[in-house]
Amino acid sequence: MRHLLSMDALERAQIERLLERAESFEQLAQRPVKKVPALRGKTVLNLFFEPSTRTRASFELAAKRLSADVINFSAAGSSLEKGESLKDTILTLNAQQPDVIVVRSPHVGAAELVRSWTSAAVVNAGDGTHEHPTQALLDLYTLRRCFGHVEGLSVWIVGDVAHSRVARSNIIALQKLGASVTLCGPPTLIPPGIEALGATVRYSLDDLHQADVIYALRLQRERIDQLPLPSLREYAACFQIDERRLGSRQVVLHPGPVNRGVELSSAVIDSPQSRIGAQVQAGILVRMAVLYELLAPAPAPQQANVREIA
Amino acid sequence: MSGAPQLTTAARDPASVLFSDVRALDPRAGIQARCDLLVSHGEIAAIGEPGTISPGEDAELIDGRGELQLFPAFFDPHVHLRVPGQEHKEDLETGTRAAAAGGFCAVIAMPNTDPPIDSAPILRSLHELAAQEARVAVGFLPAISKGLRGAELTEMVELRAAGALGFSDDGRPVADAGLLRDAMRYQRLAGGVLALHEEELSLAAGGVMREGPTAARLGLRGIPALAEATMVARDAALALAEDARVHFQHLSCEGSLAALAAHKSIGAQLSAEVTPHHLLLCDEDLLGLETALKVNPPLASAADRSALRSALREGLIDCIATDHAPHAREEKEVPIEQAPFGSTGLETAFAALYSELVLPGELALSRLIEALTAGAELFGLPVPTIARGAPANLALVDLQAHWVAGEQGWESRAANCCLAGRPLRGRVLMTLAGGTVAYRERSFAMVAL
Repeated sequence: MRHLLSMDALERAQIERLLERAESFEQLAQRPVKKVPALRGKTVLNLFFEPSTRTRASFELAAKRLSADVINFSAAGSSLEKGESLKDTILTLNAQQPDVIVVRSPHVGAAELVRSWTSAAVVNAGDGTHEHPTQALLDLYTLRRCFGHVEGLSVWIVGDVAHSRVARSNIIALQKLGASVTLCGPPTLIPPGIEALGATVRYSLDDLHQADVIYALRLQRERIDQLPLPSLREYAACFQIDERRLGSRQVVLHPGPVNRGVELSSAVIDSPQSRIGAQVQAGILVRMAVLYELLAPAPAPQQANVREIA
Repeated sequence: MSGAPQLTTAARDPASVLFSDVRALDPRAGIQARCDLLVSHGEIAAIGEPGTISPGEDAELIDGRGELQLFPAFFDPHVHLRVPGQEHKEDLETGTRAAAAGGFCAVIAMPNTDPPIDSAPILRSLHELAAQEARVAVGFLPAISKGLRGAELTEMVELRAAGALGFSDDGRPVADAGLLRDAMRYQRLAGGVLALHEEELSLAAGGVMREGPTAARLGLRGIPALAEATMVARDAALALAEDARVHFQHLSCEGSLAALAAHKSIGAQLSAEVTPHHLLLCDEDLLGLETALKVNPPLASAADRSALRSALREGLIDCIATDHAPHAREEKEVPIEQAPFGSTGLETAFAALYSELVLPGELALSRLIEALTAGAELFGLPVPTIARGAPANLALVDLQAHWVAGEQGWESRAANCCLAGRPLRGRVLMTLAGGTVAYRERSFAMVAL
C-alpha cells in the first residue's frame, strides 16, 4: 500500500491485514505509556482544508503513538487564503519532505491531486462528498469487534447519502467484506444511480427490522435550507432512529458529530446498543495501522509485531 | 456595411499546388476518385485522371502516391477563441492555427468573452483583428442578450450589418422563454440563426457531470439529461410557433433528440450539432476525475452516446462542432468541482472520429466528411467543396498515419484536450483555407521541401 485514497483500491486481504494490525495496537492503548518508536524520525503532515476536530485529533494521536513528528496545517490563515493554488501549496509543503500527507478537503478528488504533486504517501481524510476511507476502516473494525465478523451482516445506512463521503466509502468497504448494504433516506437525498454500487435502496424505515446494523448519517442541519427537504421536523419523523424503531439486537453506528434528536434520539445515543464511542477508539487504532502500513520499513507481516517493536 | 454574413481571414499569398495522384472524396459534390488536382492562385483550377495534369511553372508538387486523401476542408460552427479578454487561454492566431492543424478552413467563434461580443463596435474590432491574425476564416455569433445576461436583446440589426452570422448566448441558456420568443420574432427583421445552448439551470445548477451511477459513485453533483431535454422541447415548440430558424448546439442526450425529431417532423426549422467528445466519451470516463473531461453539457451515459451516434448517422444531427474550449493549465489543475467546463477539440476532431467511429465501421467516412463540412450551410455560407473554380478549401490527410494526441504538443495555446494521450489514426498533413496554405504538418513540411 503506497497511499490510501479510496476504498476501491484496497483488496479484501489488504483490508483484513489493516484491521489485524489495528487489533495488534489495541493492547498498547491499555498501557500507561501508550507509545512505540515504530515511526521515529518520520514526519506526518496533517493538511486540513475543512474544519475537523475529531478526525484531525485522531490522526495526530495515531501518529504520536507511533512516535512520528506531526505538523498541522489548516486552511484558515494559510497561504490559500492569499490566493495560492492547491498545487503551489502542496509543492511548497512537499519541499519540507513529509513522509505522509493526511489531507482533508471540501473537494472531490483533492487527495488524488495531492498525490500527483508530492513524493509523500497520501492518506485521504475526506475529500468532499467522495470518500473517507479511514472512517470506513474504523467502522469495519468496530463491527468486527462487535460481531466477530462482517461477512453476512445486513447494514442499513440511513440518512443523507447524497452528501456523505462516509456512506460512499462504507458502501464499498462493507461489500468487500461480505456485508449487504441497504441505503435508506428521503428520495431527494439518495443520488440517482447509486444502486449500481450494489446497494439496495429504500425510501422508508418500514423494513428496518431486517438490519443487523443501523448506520445513521449526520444530517447537515446547519445547511437545512439548502437541502431538498421540507423540514427538519418531517425528516426526523420519517428517518430518526429512536427507541421505538430500534430492535433489541440491532447495533447503531454514527460517524459523528451527532445531531441529538435529529438522526438519532437521545435514548438511542445513550443506549448500550450505540457503538459510537467504540468507533472513536477504533479510529485511533485504524489510523495507526494505516500510518504504520505506509511508513514502517519493509513490513513483512509476521515480523511487524508490536510486542517486538515495543 | 455590406450586411452580408461575414467570415474574415488574414490576407496571405494564394497557393499554387498540384496534388498528384490523391484520393479525393467530397460526398456532397459526388466526388470519390483517384485524381490529380491543381490549385492555381488559390483556386481549384483543374481536376483530372492521375498523371494527366502537369504542375506548370510555379505550382508546388505534392505526390499522393495514390494513398493520401484530399477532402473538402472542414467547417466548425462552434469554437471559443477567447478574444477579447481571455487571451491567456487562446487568441485568434493560436485558435485558428489549431483549426488549420485539424483540417478546418473556417470556424465560428462564440460570444462568451470578456467583455462579451454583444455590440457592433466589438464585432467590428474582432473582424479587424481577424484580418490581421486569422489563419483560417473566422465568423462570429454575437450574443442574443446584452452582456449574456438574458434580460434584453442585443442590437441585432446593427450586428447583422457588421457581419454577424447569427446569435448565441452560448455558455448559458436563454432562461427566459419570453426573451427567447422575442428574439425569434425579431429574427424576421434581423435574420441570422439563433444558436442555443440548452440547459435548464434549476436542474443543472452546481452540477459537475452527468447525473447517474458514476456521479453517484464519485459524490459529484449530477446534471440530469433532463436539464437539456426539457429546454430543447421548450425551444423547439417556440421555434415551431414563431417559424424561427433555430440551431441546437452540442446536443448530448436522447431526450433532446426525441424533441428535435418530433418538432422537425411537423415543420420546425431546426438543426443540430454534436461534438466529437460526446460521440466518443461517456460519463464513466470521469472515474479518474480528470478535469479535461469536465465539459458542458457533460459527457453523457453510454446509452445517450449511442443515440447520438445513430442520430449523426441518420442525419437527424446535421453537423459536427468541436466546442473547442481552451483553458489555461492552472485553471484546470484544480479539484474537478472548481475546474472550468470545456475541452479543446479542433486538432483531434477528424482523427478521433475517424479512428473510433469510421475504422470500427460505425460511421461511413463519407458521412463524417459531410458532417464536418455541413455547418457552413446551416449558417448561410458556401460549403467547402472540391469543384473546379471553387476556392481551395482542402484538407490533405494521411489515413494510415498513427499518432498520439498531444504527444508533440498542440498548436492551440491550451492543452486541455479530453482526448490527449489517445492513439489515433489519420493525420492532417496540409490544410488549404481560402486558397492559402494555412497549415503543414511538421514532418510533412520537411518532405515537401
